[in-house]
Amino acid sequence: MTPKILKTTALTAGVLALAAPAMAQELRFMCSTDGNECEVYEDILTRFEAANPGVDVVVDVVPYQAILENLPVQLAAGNGPDLAKVTDLGGLNEYYLDLAPHVDRGYWEESFGDFLTWYRGGDGDEGIYGLHTQLTITGPFVNATLFEQAGVEMPGDGATWEDWAAAARQVAEATGTPFPMAIDRSGHRVAGPAISYGAALNGPDGPTLSDDGFTAFVEQFVAWHEDGTMARDVWAGQGGATYQDGAQEFINGELVFLYSGSWQIGRMEESVGDFFDWQVVDSPCGPAGACSGVPGGSGIVGFNDTEHPELVAALIDFLADEEVYAEATARTRNLPAHLGVASAGVDYEGVSEGAAGALNGFAAALPDVDPAAFWYQGYAGNRAMFGITVERVSQAIVGELTVDEAVARMEEDLAAAMAESQ
Amino acid sequence: MRIIEIPMLALQRLFGVHKLAWVFLLPNLLLFAFFAFLPIFLNVFYATSGGDNILLDDRPYVGAQNFNNLVDCSNYLDPNTCREDKFWRAIWNTLWFVTLQVGIMVGFSLLTAIILNRDIRARGFFRSVFFFPVLLSPVVVALIWKWVLQREGILNAFLDSTGIGGINWLVDAEWAFAWTVFLTVWAHMGFYTLILLAGLQAIPRDVYEAATMDRASPWRVFRKITLPLLAPTMLVVLILALIRGVQTFDEVYAFTGGGPGTATTFIIQYIYEEGFAGAPRVWGMAAAASILVAVVLVILTLIQLWVNRRNVDG
Repeated sequence: MTPKILKTTALTAGVLALAAPAMAQELRFMCSTDGNECEVYEDILTRFEAANPGVDVVVDVVPYQAILENLPVQLAAGNGPDLAKVTDLGGLNEYYLDLAPHVDRGYWEESFGDFLTWYRGGDGDEGIYGLHTQLTITGPFVNATLFEQAGVEMPGDGATWEDWAAAARQVAEATGTPFPMAIDRSGHRVAGPAISYGAALNGPDGPTLSDDGFTAFVEQFVAWHEDGTMARDVWAGQGGATYQDGAQEFINGELVFLYSGSWQIGRMEESVGDFFDWQVVDSPCGPAGACSGVPGGSGIVGFNDTEHPELVAALIDFLADEEVYAEATARTRNLPAHLGVASAGVDYEGVSEGAAGALNGFAAALPDVDPAAFWYQGYAGNRAMFGITVERVSQAIVGELTVDEAVARMEEDLAAAMAESQ
Repeated sequence: MRIIEIPMLALQRLFGVHKLAWVFLLPNLLLFAFFAFLPIFLNVFYATSGGDNILLDDRPYVGAQNFNNLVDCSNYLDPNTCREDKFWRAIWNTLWFVTLQVGIMVGFSLLTAIILNRDIRARGFFRSVFFFPVLLSPVVVALIWKWVLQREGILNAFLDSTGIGGINWLVDAEWAFAWTVFLTVWAHMGFYTLILLAGLQAIPRDVYEAATMDRASPWRVFRKITLPLLAPTMLVVLILALIRGVQTFDEVYAFTGGGPGTATTFIIQYIYEEGFAGAPRVWGMAAAASILVAVVLVILTLIQLWVNRRNVDG
């Protein structure tokens, strides 16, 4: 009896072991989140799993730093996940799975228009690589309660950076708030202000971080750190090109004006609560006349090393469906990149009046995006430019370099980075 | 005949007695070659190739260009005159850090070991207290001190309460560097104290008894007996601390991120950022810098081996 049981068990185990890989199709989805995105996608993808028996989508929630630093190394080594939510949209293009053979090109082009170009490798590339799930735009959050307490009028339409700096200083002084202003420690975040000071970013000779407009902004930015207008903790409190936002200072009520972006709305709503009133205002204007934020965000892409390209494409196509996309956008409180969803309007679930106002405020800023800002987001080498900006501007802020030295170094670093990439 | 003797005798017949040692060493040698020699070979390959591709086939040979870029400087004392200024800032930061950290740490470790070697009350407890930070994860150490030192941390709360007023410790370059030295001394001192304590306890008691009978002063006993007899242990501690100092990365990366600016960026962080965190990933430069660091570490290790051998030989 016993040998019979043993034989049967061994045979069953053997058959299962051989059959298991053929039956189970596991897709690994690397995801990082500012709010609840990964949680929402995990929930929505259970419907995809139900519609595709045998498919198991594993959502690996990782820190944002892992997406920035580990994912590219994994992909280069051929050990990447099947799909991921990325922010270096064009920079990782060489690893992307082209979804075009597997999806309805007409629907995608009609629904996502120019956003598809952000994921492409350059001119002549007509592939469909990514689903832009989270459209963001940079812009300012203002502590309205502090303005009210200080009895200072908020600068109105067309206000400049100088106007806001003066007002924020006045408010901080009157209310004893430690910091008047902060801009997230990110090359992407300072691009909007730099454009408003006249930075072209893409000059006649190609990408640049050293034209007069960019230099003028860096000079002003460093000066604001020296006179205490900007919170030193954000840019001087870190090294390298590490990202650091100023949201915690804002949430703690220690900051009058924070230049961050639309992805912070959920966090603000959740963390600030009734502590104080906050609102989103238009991106300030600069001497060059522009008053632009920089669009961006994240998207879901598949990778060409996947063993299940059709399944990965089907999954992303499922998420691109107008109804599913609208649901995800509403639940994650993001701005839609799907033109159909945007024109129909998003019914955000249970958001406060303040958050709804902020979402509308950011959405209203999208048509005013400067062409340089749109180009910058789509430029495949923007990640290098972001990092160089953060490192060198930080050095100027802490006094290791003068502004001129920092700008000269930025140009050298950019040239070296471009040469290395080629 | 025991069962183990069957394969042994077969191997002996096959390879002969003299070659049998190599047969036993082979598995270990293969592992060593795979995990040590292969990475070294790959590192040299990356250091002499360019581009941002990780796959070897896609990397063009550039010879010594990466090394030349690293050492291209008008004045080595002024990183601003160097092509790779961040590399030289990291080198100088590391040199300053190692000099200060090792000096302070060995000094305090010696002092602590001498105190703990005396017949004091609760000696075992204090030995544990000083050794405890060694058991903590580097990231935990960094976070604990970050909480203490941040703008609204415990230290500033205390200073505010006494009316002195807080300082933004980690945003000021000099303070951040000083606290980095302090943090690493605090975290590692216990280990070196333990080694020195063992060295102190190995000194024969009768030498001290003879000195006492000769009415030698405590200072004279320390200078003429303790220090000379502890010197070999001190040297080992010094070299171990130097090697560890050059390798410093994790605690400081979690503590200050290398900032403000590059004030606490040390050489290992430079390598990490060039190769893994930056865009594009400059593997060649990172590999070249790591080879230069490896040369320094090999020299320090050889000194340690030489010292050890001299101690053993008496």
